[in-house]
Amino acid sequence: MDALMNFGQGIFGGAWPAVWTLIKIVLIVAPLMLGVAYLTYFERKVIGFMQVRIGPNRVGPWGLIQPIADGLKLLLKEIIVPSGSSKAVFVIAPMLAIAPALAAWAVIPFTDTLVLANIDASLLYILAITSMGVYGVILSGWASNSKYAFLGAMRSAAQMVSYEIAMGFALITVLMIAGTLNFVDIVDGQNKGMFADMGLGFLSWNWLPLLPMFLVYLISGTAELNRAPFDIAEGESEIVAGFHVEYSGMAFALFFLAEYANMILVAALTSLLFLGGWLSPVGFLPDGIWWMFAKMSFVLFLFLWFRATFPRYRYDLLMRLGWKVFLPLCFFWVIIVGAWMISPLNIWN
Amino acid sequence: MDFQTAVFFFLSAILVFAALRVITARNPVYAALHLMLAFFTTGGLWLMLQAEFLAIALIVVYVGAVMVLFLFVVMMLDINIDRIREGFWRYLPLGAVLGLVMVLEMGLVLGSKYFQVPISEVVVPAGVSNTKEIGALLVTDYVFPFELAAVILLVGMIAAVVLTFRGRKASKISNPNTQVFVKAKDRVRVLQMPVEKD
Repeated sequence: MDALMNFGQGIFGGAWPAVWTLIKIVLIVAPLMLGVAYLTYFERKVIGFMQVRIGPNRVGPWGLIQPIADGLKLLLKEIIVPSGSSKAVFVIAPMLAIAPALAAWAVIPFTDTLVLANIDASLLYILAITSMGVYGVILSGWASNSKYAFLGAMRSAAQMVSYEIAMGFALITVLMIAGTLNFVDIVDGQNKGMFADMGLGFLSWNWLPLLPMFLVYLISGTAELNRAPFDIAEGESEIVAGFHVEYSGMAFALFFLAEYANMILVAALTSLLFLGGWLSPVGFLPDGIWWMFAKMSFVLFLFLWFRATFPRYRYDLLMRLGWKVFLPLCFFWVIIVGAWMISPLNIWN
Repeated sequence: MDFQTAVFFFLSAILVFAALRVITARNPVYAALHLMLAFFTTGGLWLMLQAEFLAIALIVVYVGAVMVLFLFVVMMLDINIDRIREGFWRYLPLGAVLGLVMVLEMGLVLGSKYFQVPISEVVVPAGVSNTKEIGALLVTDYVFPFELAAVILLVGMIAAVVLTFRGRKASKISNPNTQVFVKAKDRVRVLQMPVEKD
């Protein structure tokens, strides 16, 4: 590592820190994009098996090249701009969708040292950046000059704003017990306590003491991602494809990439905040990045499983769940955790 | 010119441009978008002042929540731009005077002795989390103003509901609770029909 640093210093001189950061960004984004491509393959295969079908199996062995073929096809397609649309906004909207989905990865740690920017307020940064994601959806719906797209955008915006609050409260309980906004410290904090000393680390992770908030976070995360059963923004049977109905080719692919990159992001956040990140579940196995990936894959599998299992939620029930069930539950649970922390039973010292 | 100054001027230029477009854009959606850009660049400027909590809070609150609702409303407006521009020259003198007064007031506030911080206090030592510092100040020294602000916001919220609430519409309302617990035998009656033979 030192040899690499010295080598870079020799070639680029003063610009080396910037170049090194760029290299690290590429090292995060390139596998992420590959992950997105194969997440679509994974999704089609998993849902296929759940519905007793085979799934993609034509391109390459077991259909493994299918996502690459799909990407190439989208690259070659024409981007059609609808007449009467607001052209500048129509072009900017997909960019506004994908940029936050990628920018959020800057503060995600993969192990306690492997992180692009280990900043103090990383959780706040994630909140700020992910809250930008809704603009891609709203603006694409508005700029398309189409009723279906506009309806989809409005539904999606209402949904994302509602569930962001429940999600934020779930995060607040995590911050309360961790006492920090830094992801590395939050994960390290989950490695303490009675069970961790007994070698049963997985029982000391946040999911167990904060079980209701873990569930709220997971469900709100699914809603925030516009994934089934909360995919009323797309609602194929009602509004064709919702906000991106007028997009074709690579512009559509950007929305698609953003959605799946966000899925992987929420999976990473769930594993960091509630499932102990890179910590090993049991004492006799070493901690490491593979645990992080295993937990992320598990959460991603849950998202696919939800999609294959549940029918789409009705719009009014969705709003009811967010505002009348999750929000009071969150208020209540924040008070409970606060009382728990000042009581003698506090387990987070 | 060092790097920080260059970044400052870059962000300031974007900010001034975006702010100008907010008041000059003809389409209200474009105005709202430029306002969003203005908030975002302001966040960047605050980050350069090492006020990372304020910068992120600005983006979470204004860009992430307030502007979304703004766009919501603005997108559905049906505005006749010529009608709005009708009285422009008539109201210009009054507007200009008001603007001047506001600039003067801002100058007085910013130039007052409370805003002059000695340069030695500006530099934040490494390892100080200003999120923690602000949190500690809010629940110790400023706890009453903080609570008061919360109460005022609550009053505003209730006022908005009361002002816009026009009574319930006489529409059929279904209760999701009862809907969830419905059983098939409450709704469907299966009748035995003997086959009719000729």
